[in-house]
Amino acid sequence: MIGLISYLAFFATMAGILAIVVLGLNLQWGYTGLFNGGVVAFFGAGAYGTMILGGRPEPGQFGGFEWPFLFALAGGVLLAGAIAWIVGILTLRLRHDYLAIATFGVAVAFESIARNAEWLTGGAKGLRGFPRPLEAAIGNTFVYGLCFLAMVMAVLAAVYWALQRLVQSPYGRALRAIREDEVAARSLGKNPTRLRLQSFVIGSMIMGVAGGLYVAFYAFVSPQDLAPILTFQVWAMLIVGGAGNNRGAVLGAFLIWGAWTGSGFALSKFAPAAMQLYTGPIQYILIGTVIVVMLLWRPQGLLPERITQRFTKTASKVGTTSKGAF
Amino acid sequence: MTDPVLSLSALTRDFGPFRAVDGVSLTIRRGSITGLIGPNGAGKTTLFNMVAGTLKPTSGTVSLNGTDITGLPSEALFARGLARTFQIPRPFRRMSVLDNVMLAPPAQLGETVFGALFGRGKVAAEEARLRDKARDILAFMTLDKLADQPAGKISGGQMKLLELARALMGDPSVILLDEPAAGVNPSLTRTLIERIEELNRRGTTFVVIEHDMDFVMRHCDPVIALAEGRVVFEGSADEARVNPLLLDAYLGAPA
Repeated sequence: MIGLISYLAFFATMAGILAIVVLGLNLQWGYTGLFNGGVVAFFGAGAYGTMILGGRPEPGQFGGFEWPFLFALAGGVLLAGAIAWIVGILTLRLRHDYLAIATFGVAVAFESIARNAEWLTGGAKGLRGFPRPLEAAIGNTFVYGLCFLAMVMAVLAAVYWALQRLVQSPYGRALRAIREDEVAARSLGKNPTRLRLQSFVIGSMIMGVAGGLYVAFYAFVSPQDLAPILTFQVWAMLIVGGAGNNRGAVLGAFLIWGAWTGSGFALSKFAPAAMQLYTGPIQYILIGTVIVVMLLWRPQGLLPERITQRFTKTASKVGTTSKGAF
Repeated sequence: MTDPVLSLSALTRDFGPFRAVDGVSLTIRRGSITGLIGPNGAGKTTLFNMVAGTLKPTSGTVSLNGTDITGLPSEALFARGLARTFQIPRPFRRMSVLDNVMLAPPAQLGETVFGALFGRGKVAAEEARLRDKARDILAFMTLDKLADQPAGKISGGQMKLLELARALMGDPSVILLDEPAAGVNPSLTRTLIERIEELNRRGTTFVVIEHDMDFVMRHCDPVIALAEGRVVFEGSADEARVNPLLLDAYLGAPA
């Protein structure tokens, strides 16, 4: 029983962390129409940044400053934001597929740095040893796992709440206008450059938050965590859940992560011995299939964007009669 | 031509070796509905785009209400009282008609990250005010029943009305209309014309590119004709009607 609960807590923690990443991508793609093909770079910046600032010192290794978790996390998030800002300044004039190619390139470059700058990132073997927040105080591993899950869920709820405030406000309306038609938005006084850059940086910082939680959870990060498959998983989550709908983004994260771990489990259990070597690639094919099927069958996702925002229906009592003067 | 709302001075635009607009100097009289006519390729839309900040002029100046606005980007002009509509309507398709209109006023409190997150009371009050104004404007444009529809689902003619509704949210002093009657059914065209004339009576200046000569001759005064990037005629509709150059080059033989 304890084993099952631990496993479920483990599963939900990971799904919650990924849901935060998907929310960040939803701000960029779902609401602003920015095609970020390098999700993993911003997640990785949060993870490596948090690890270098908050991790344990290792001989011959830069970093390991053992900053308190919140400060280390803030540093990781700022690193993700700074990279996003630089990339944004350089690429936000690029549209759609070009932006996707550029950000994908950034992710490859980031992975390459992580793999080669050994003094900073530990190279291919990664960085290990992270004093997890409050772990010593709580002691019991099982209880700690549940507490960590509670923390991840609290962060997820906070990010969700803040994003809902953003996207349901006039700010979100302006983002969606940029997504729909930049020329028209400009003719109505909106500044697309500012809005696109802000949305890109905020979304990337949210991905950085998830990276910081991830590194605290595993107390380990390596270039393996920066494989492009993570970007595709996150995209699959957003497409399945529903771009432009934050509840959809969270739902998609849990569904796809369930399908991913479930398919991995099923393949390792039931696939013939000769196929066992290929379970990874088979899962990749499954993710690709899910994206394609969803785009064909229900491109708006399981929970589509709401065109009529709830708040517009609560019209005030004044002004229901047209007096002609606006 | 006293008190011009817009004045263009020697406005020129080259596309490579091709000179699309060639030294156009014009003043747009405040309170007028000025018609801009000319054959395809005469430079009408290029001229519009330079005035509206979508294209930078190669040389020359534009001033709005006496202030030089040459080369300002289009997003800076809406707040200064210059609005435009597009030849092919550009609604925000996956947004409601009401959201399309409420979006328009510049510098909204809730349009910054900080305001959106922390300005709850003030933003709500501002939104209530904008919503009332938007509903009034939608009612005026006969779009009130469509307020909650996605803007991509309404007809092309209704999209033209929507573009004008969006423009009105900024209380513009001048509105540039690029072919408002093109591709619109006669009944919506009538609505559109009535609304333009009503707004004009209340003081809004219009500059209208239009190929529908009936529209131009009935509703526009003065009429300006462009050909090959130059002004070839400027005068009243009545003068235009009998101008041999226009009859020849553009209007065709009188019926």
